[in-house]
Formats: sequence, structure tokens, C-alpha cells
Amino acid sequence: MTVSALIILIYVLVLASYLGFELISKVPPTLHTPLMSGSNAISGITIVGALIACNEMGYTTLSKWLGMVALILATVNVVGGYVVTDRMLKMFKKK
Amino acid sequence: MTIAIELAYLIASILFIMGIKLLSKTKDARRGNILSSVGMLIAIVATLITINVVTFVEIFICILIGTAIGIYYATKVAMTKIPEMVALFNGFGGLASFAVGLSDYFLKSGTSLESLDAVNLTSIILSVLIGGVTFTGSMIAYLKLDGKVSGQPITFSGQHLINLVLLIAFVVTSVLVFIDPTNLIFIGILIGISLLLGVLTVIPIGGADMPVVISLLNSYSGMAACATGFILNNNVLIVAGSLVGASGIILTQIMCKAMNRSLTNVLLGGFGQTVATGGQDGPAIVIKEIGVEETAMLFDSVSSVIVVPGYGMAVAQAQHVIRELMEQCEKRHISFKFAIHPVAGRMPGHMNVLLAEANISYDKLIEMEAINDEFPNTDLVLIVGANDVVNPAARTNPKSPIYGMPILNADKAKTVIVSKRSMGKGYAGVENELFGYPNCLMLFGDAKQTITKVVSEMKEMG
Repeated sequence: MTVSALIILIYVLVLASYLGFELISKVPPTLHTPLMSGSNAISGITIVGALIACNEMGYTTLSKWLGMVALILATVNVVGGYVVTDRMLKMFKKK
Repeated sequence: MTIAIELAYLIASILFIMGIKLLSKTKDARRGNILSSVGMLIAIVATLITINVVTFVEIFICILIGTAIGIYYATKVAMTKIPEMVALFNGFGGLASFAVGLSDYFLKSGTSLESLDAVNLTSIILSVLIGGVTFTGSMIAYLKLDGKVSGQPITFSGQHLINLVLLIAFVVTSVLVFIDPTNLIFIGILIGISLLLGVLTVIPIGGADMPVVISLLNSYSGMAACATGFILNNNVLIVAGSLVGASGIILTQIMCKAMNRSLTNVLLGGFGQTVATGGQDGPAIVIKEIGVEETAMLFDSVSSVIVVPGYGMAVAQAQHVIRELMEQCEKRHISFKFAIHPVAGRMPGHMNVLLAEANISYDKLIEMEAINDEFPNTDLVLIVGANDVVNPAARTNPKSPIYGMPILNADKAKTVIVSKRSMGKGYAGVENELFGYPNCLMLFGDAKQTITKVVSEMKEMG
């Protein structure tokens, strides 16, 4: 990786973290559990990495198998996380 | 083509950000979660386009397995078990990032070594470390929450020294990996240390501190995703990962503040062990009991009620019967509210989810700062399964281990009823002096059963 490519990634990291701090400090405490399970689902973005890791022919290499394990786990994380968050948020009603 | 994919990743990142932004209003929150899931779908589809078609079979199978497990678990899990589920899924996310990091390592070390440059190696080492700690740490947290491992802090002498030695060994081995990137023994040592560190850092932490640990592990799972973003030179991983990382850190800070403790103090663990003797020097607490009928009559005669729920309410599954109690009170035009302490339950916002499940309107759930001034003007406070968060020792007794922790001023109400299984101590292992106060009455028994009886008494009164 070139230095300039690395610098751009660091820029993205720093700016996104600041944005994250700003946005999440505005989430009301009543929604902290859905926030956590929802952000848990977002951390399943590593599924993108898992897909790329699966992109290898044959089943002989360790990296392929690790990619497949990662893909299953990340899918559980993404699907389960979003479904349970939706289930919770559906219950928050004002009468 | 690459431009289209990069743009798709950008759209996905924007959708994640908008999704979290919508979480700031309860009525928009569900839409936010859907937006965020659409973002995820876009990111997945965009990645699939770059993938070789030949590998689609196994990718499809893996996604199918993961989806089935995810949907099954997420639809079946009881709302009281959400902390366990979040801990488990956190662990899965951590393990996935750990596996992606290692996969990339084996791919590159097996083929062309020149692609394993310094940035790449650093990112792989970080994703193994953070992912591994997240995985085993979350598993221990899960086992503790689920009661499969004792929720008590597990401590032994030299614990912190061992952690320090392991950390130094990790740094030294990392340097060795830089010198000889293809040596599998070094990578093996890094894997072992990471997994061990996760176990060792979570076992000394007690049950009542779990909200902090889950928040922190949540943050780690985001950072692990960030590390894989640096490996794959992928912006969407970094954006999503840092949003989650920030979220976990903020929740961790809120939890620590609500317990008046520093993060270091929580992480060093062992809280509540040394204080077991502290209760002996004070005079024995004299308590007054109240029966079910008297409780019902008391509820019938007051004009304002505040309920303070705690983890005990979740254990007793008492939230539904509390809604019935609320209905009985509202029929009598009694003001009925809930006071929510930030660390009530086993994860941030745990009580709110349980009460929402019981179909209680969220505008009745009031935060600590907003409701604390209302207690002196309240006729009756019902404490269900909460203990440390209403212990006045936090205000009055500098010797108490919970001294300085912000608490709900339940003791200032005219009458306080404590629904409690027995005279046990709170999770901090501290005697609660509130129980001895002249305005405090103890309603012993399982919260669900006793409150059910109170409700049926009230129904008879009509």
C-alpha cells in the first residue's frame, strides 16, 4: 500500500469516528439496547471482507476455509442483529 | 466497473450514517434500522459483483447457513436474554474479523510475499488481536450472563501481571513476524495470546459490571472490522467499523459515569469482594414487612406512583404484571411512571426494552436526572428487583464501596415498597440501608407472584 492510500484510509477513520461520536451521543438512553444490537449488526460489515476472502478456487487452502467460516459468522451477525433490532424497535410505542 | 462498486460502498456508508442518525428519535428509529440494513445489502451485492462466479455455490451455502441461524435465534430469543444474544453476536463478529485477517495472511504469505507490506502486516496483527480478544471475551461474557459460569468475579494473584506479560509477549512476537513474515510459529503464538487475553480480561469482572463489558466489547468488534478495512484497503469497512467503535465507547463512558467508577477500575475487576465485611460495623437493620392486601390498599389510596425496575424484574419476568398494575392505577387516575437508572439491568437500556415488550408507552419511562426531583412529591415508590441504584449509602456513607454513585432518590418518597425475594445483598455485596428507613416497607416473595396478587386484590376493590 502506498503512503498516500494509507493516509486516505486514516482520514476516513478519523472523520467517521468523529461523526460516530456526534451522532451516537444524541441517541436517547431508552434506545441504548437497540442501538447496541443495531450497531452490532453494522459491525457485521466484515462480511464484505469475508466474501473477498472466499473468492478463491478450490477447497485446498486454509485461507479459503477461514473465509467461509468468517462468512457464516458475519452473516449470523448481520441478519440476526438487524432482525432482533427490528423486533425490539417494533415494540417501542407511544400511547 | 470499479467506480460503480466504490460508489455503491459510498451509498452504503451514507445509509449506515443516516440509520444511526434516525435512532435519535424513538418514532423514527425503526426506519433507521431498515435504512442501515439496506446499506448492508448494497455493500454485499456490490462485493458479490467483484467475486468470481465459480465460487458462488459455497458463498451461497455459507450465507444460507448464516441467515438461517441468525433469523432463528433473533426471532426466538426472549427479551430478557437480549444481553446474552448481543454478547454472543459480538463474539461472532470478532471471530469473523479474526478469520478474515488470518485468511488474508495465509493467502499472501502462500503466494507473493511482496504484497505483505508493513501496513498489511500491522493490520493483520491488529485484526487478530482485537478480533481474538473480542471473540473469547464475548464468549466469557455470554457464559457469565447465561449463568453457565459464575457471575462472581474470578480473581487470582498475579492476574494483572500475567496480562501485562502476555501483552509484552504479543508486541515482541509481532516484531518477530515483521522480521520473518512466513514463520507460522510466530503467527500461532499471536493467535494463542489474543484468545487467552480475551478470557483473562473478562473473567475478573463481576455480573453487575456486565453493561460496561458488553459496551466495550461492542466497541472492539467495530475496531476489528476497521482493522480488516485497512487490510483490504476498503473504506466502507472503516466507516462502519468506526461508527460501531464510537458507539461502544460512548456507551462505555455513560455506564462508567452512572456507576461513578473509572474504566480502569471496572476492568481491573474484583469489585464487591473486599467489601463483604463492610456491613458488619453498622447497626443491624430493622425492617418492616407489608402483606399483599395492605399493599393493594396502599396503591388504592395514593395519587402518584413511581416504579423503579431492576435486573430482578427481568429475572422474575414481572414486567407484564407491572403493566396490569399500571392499568389498575390509571383506572383510579393515579399518576404512574417508571424511573430508569442508566445501569439498571445487564446492558444499557435493558429495562426500556423489557417494559416496551410489556406494551408500556415509552413516554412513561423517565431517566434518572429528569425524575429525581419528583420523588419527594411522590406518594408511593415500588422498587422491583433493584437494589444498589436506590441505596442511600451512595450519598451518605463515604465508607461504602458505592459511595458517590448517582442514585435514584427513591428514599425521599412518602412511602417506599420494596418487592424482593429475600433479604439478600445487591450485586455490589453492600447492605442497603434504605430497607431500614421508617418509610420503607418490604414485600417479600417472587415479584411476579406477589404483584399478581396485589393486582387481583385491586381488581376486587374495583
